[in-house]
Amino acid sequence: MNGCYDVIVIGGGPAGLAAALEARRTGAARVLILERNNELGGILNQCIHNGFGLHYFKEELTGPEYAGRFIAELEGSGIDVLLGAMVLDFNDGKTLHVMSRSHGYQELHAKAVVLCMGCRERTRGAIAIPGDRPAGVFTAGAAQLYMNIEGYMVGKRVVILGSGDIGLIMARRMTLEGAKVLACVELMPYSNGLNRNIVQCLNDYNIPLYLSHTIVDIRGDKRVEQVVVAEVGPDRNPIPGTEMVFDCDTVLLSVGLIPENELSRKAGVQIDRRTNGPVVYENMETSLPGVFACGNVVHVHDLVDFVTAESQRAGRAAALYAQNGEPQGPCVEVRNGRAVNYTVPQHIRTGNVEKFVEIFFRVNNVYRNRVIRISSGGKVLASFKREHMAPGEMEKVAFPKALFPQIADGEITVSVEEEEAQ
Amino acid sequence: MVDVVIVGGGICGCSLLYELSRYDVQAVLLEKENDVSVGTTKANSAIVHAGYDPHPGTKMARYNVEGNALVKELCEKLDVPYQQIGSLVLAFDEEQDALVRELCARGEKNGVPGLRVLSATELQELEPNVSREATSALLAPTAGIVSPWELAIALAETAVKNGARVELNSEVTSIEKTEGGFRVTAGGRVTETRFVVNAAGVWSDRVNDMANPHAFTVSPNRGEYYLLDKSSGDLVHHVIFQCPSKVGKGVLVSPTVHGNLIVGPNAEDAEKGDLGTTAAGLAFVRQAAARSVPAVNFRDSIRNFAGLRALTEIDDFIVGETEQKGFFNIAGIKSPGLTSAPAIARDVVRMLGEAGLPLREKDSFCDERHVVRIRHLSHEERAKKMAENPLYGQIVCRCETITEGEIVDALHSPLPPCSIDGVKRRCGSGMGRCQGGFCGPRVQEIIARELGVPQQDVMQDRAGTAVILGETKKGGRAE
Repeated sequence: MNGCYDVIVIGGGPAGLAAALEARRTGAARVLILERNNELGGILNQCIHNGFGLHYFKEELTGPEYAGRFIAELEGSGIDVLLGAMVLDFNDGKTLHVMSRSHGYQELHAKAVVLCMGCRERTRGAIAIPGDRPAGVFTAGAAQLYMNIEGYMVGKRVVILGSGDIGLIMARRMTLEGAKVLACVELMPYSNGLNRNIVQCLNDYNIPLYLSHTIVDIRGDKRVEQVVVAEVGPDRNPIPGTEMVFDCDTVLLSVGLIPENELSRKAGVQIDRRTNGPVVYENMETSLPGVFACGNVVHVHDLVDFVTAESQRAGRAAALYAQNGEPQGPCVEVRNGRAVNYTVPQHIRTGNVEKFVEIFFRVNNVYRNRVIRISSGGKVLASFKREHMAPGEMEKVAFPKALFPQIADGEITVSVEEEEAQ
Repeated sequence: MVDVVIVGGGICGCSLLYELSRYDVQAVLLEKENDVSVGTTKANSAIVHAGYDPHPGTKMARYNVEGNALVKELCEKLDVPYQQIGSLVLAFDEEQDALVRELCARGEKNGVPGLRVLSATELQELEPNVSREATSALLAPTAGIVSPWELAIALAETAVKNGARVELNSEVTSIEKTEGGFRVTAGGRVTETRFVVNAAGVWSDRVNDMANPHAFTVSPNRGEYYLLDKSSGDLVHHVIFQCPSKVGKGVLVSPTVHGNLIVGPNAEDAEKGDLGTTAAGLAFVRQAAARSVPAVNFRDSIRNFAGLRALTEIDDFIVGETEQKGFFNIAGIKSPGLTSAPAIARDVVRMLGEAGLPLREKDSFCDERHVVRIRHLSHEERAKKMAENPLYGQIVCRCETITEGEIVDALHSPLPPCSIDGVKRRCGSGMGRCQGGFCGPRVQEIIARELGVPQQDVMQDRAGTAVILGETKKGGRAE
């Protein structure tokens, strides 16, 4: 392995695999994937349930099967892979300091870098749940790893805090393994998970979902013995007198995912405080020229299929950068309007768009029968009807290039409006 | 028959074991838990106090000032994280301005070097993130921060290397007076000894009472804390105190030697063993901290914890021989106990000598200790280490950059850990923002492999803190 590459991809999960393959297809001669685990596939390896690939492959696959299709494509593709490799840091000259068991310490150079480090789970400490600190409090993903990769049971009587997708999946998984899931407790008045997971993982197994509730105390000396759950008011503070005590040995936390950008921050990549991910252009390029990012390191996705599509754009752009350098031309800012929590991309270089640009975003509450509007200079340029929108489901609109000449003051705003307001 | 039995493997017990291991003395430390440093030693503010706080003439004042210099020396010698960053006590009104001046005078009487009262302007220049409402501050340049558990472990480990013994899982259940000394029963085993030193922390009243008339009661006082992510670690560059009150030194905001920000503690009466945090306690800490450093961002929290102060009815440390000759107490060691421990240990060795323990220095005593910390090495040094041992190239804890090589080193150290948290205390794995979510299972696997035990038997921390409760229906690692 020699130290100069056209494209180095940091992370060998679904984002990294798709980005590397697309970079290679676009003509990058030397592509390297650096993966910190000892196998490719990332978090998909422990997602043994099905439901992956409905959009991309038009069939239902498990996580390992979904990853496996991309890993199989690597065979004979000429892409280098280094496993057990950790990138300690990289700079805007795109020199990467890497350590691995097989190659020790290395300095690698790339013309373009693609950041695909994914995300991590919020922990008990991040949300400061008071109480004792016994064993038996897991993030849902850690419990999933123990069960699906290591083959160990982490609990017998379980309360789940948060109704994110991993928590819902684990409610079903633990039930199928013989555990009793007593409750799924959600702080918000709505679930952050996909509706299909609420139905298939909770309702089908009669697991109660307590919306507008939270855990106010964890009790136990050595292992969890009890949790106390209380209802919360509109201010999300617990309402005294509403406490319920559950006898359980395990608490699973599914309380949010945080893009893992310590490496990006260290390198000086500009981070959007709303997504906790890099600010990106339409081609997934970050604020550092030639440094791209895609997948959950940019914003947390609900479906891996969308990660794949986004990462292919990033991989293609990284290969083009390695060949041609930075795209030039005017740039439009994407602003967050009413009810919109964030958008990706945050900037659009209009000359770099072929037919349309896809804008991804999340809404800040549950909405019915609304219109997504893209406006500029006080004028509505495009509208998209939606029957139902929720924070747990990412929204996507395709904004056609044909409308770009109507953009005023170099910015557009994405907002959600009531239908009758038109 | 051994010479000295030490009851309790906290910072005091470990310091004493270390000091005794310099001499041709048979010393045994009995610890009820499965590791040393797991009581108050691992759950406190981790501050090396300068020594302006205790009243002149008290044991606390003397041991604090001596201990301040000793901790620094020991940390350098034993490769323990320590930084002399200095501390600031903030005043917010005229009454507190006067208190700050009084602390300065008190500190000078105690022999604390370099104390200075800063004006509001000087304070702002030094610490721009401190509240603009602060009116003056006491600067104590000799104050520092330390990793308390790593210090205790380093001391115990070095003592073991020099021939002392540590017996874990050995709760002392009885101490009988014998003709030549004492018969100590712990963990079902009996040890005959000439001397007993009680350093049992919040349990020291009970241990005292096993061999003595009741002399004091430990009434634990609980302090709750926030630990914040490294991204908040450079918010301030000194230990930021508020003016002390009757209950304690108040809520502090400080960097830690590991690069995090620590915020706390409050002060509430508690039962022995009650290490829970409370919503009210944590809310108090947040509010109090905001007074000193308004910019503390509690959304950066990665962990909460609580520790117990071993308060007694006596407003000083209890150090010395009891009515029962040959039985010594190191009890009621509240703040500044961590700082004072090495000085107390030296003094107790002197007392043991006076009581008839022969103190012949060993020629073979070796107190050099080096720990490989890949994250602190230069690129060149890392390359060298990884070439020597490929396990130094295998990252296990991604948040803190801890390698398998470092974990294996700890597991083969003179006082090896047996739990995930035991490895964490020695190596730092799981101390970061994901709190062991990614690396916990890997660390557990490495412990099982290196110690030759089933993975299921590797605990999170203390005995009984099981992580795994059985196998799944299929069981075994998926291929």
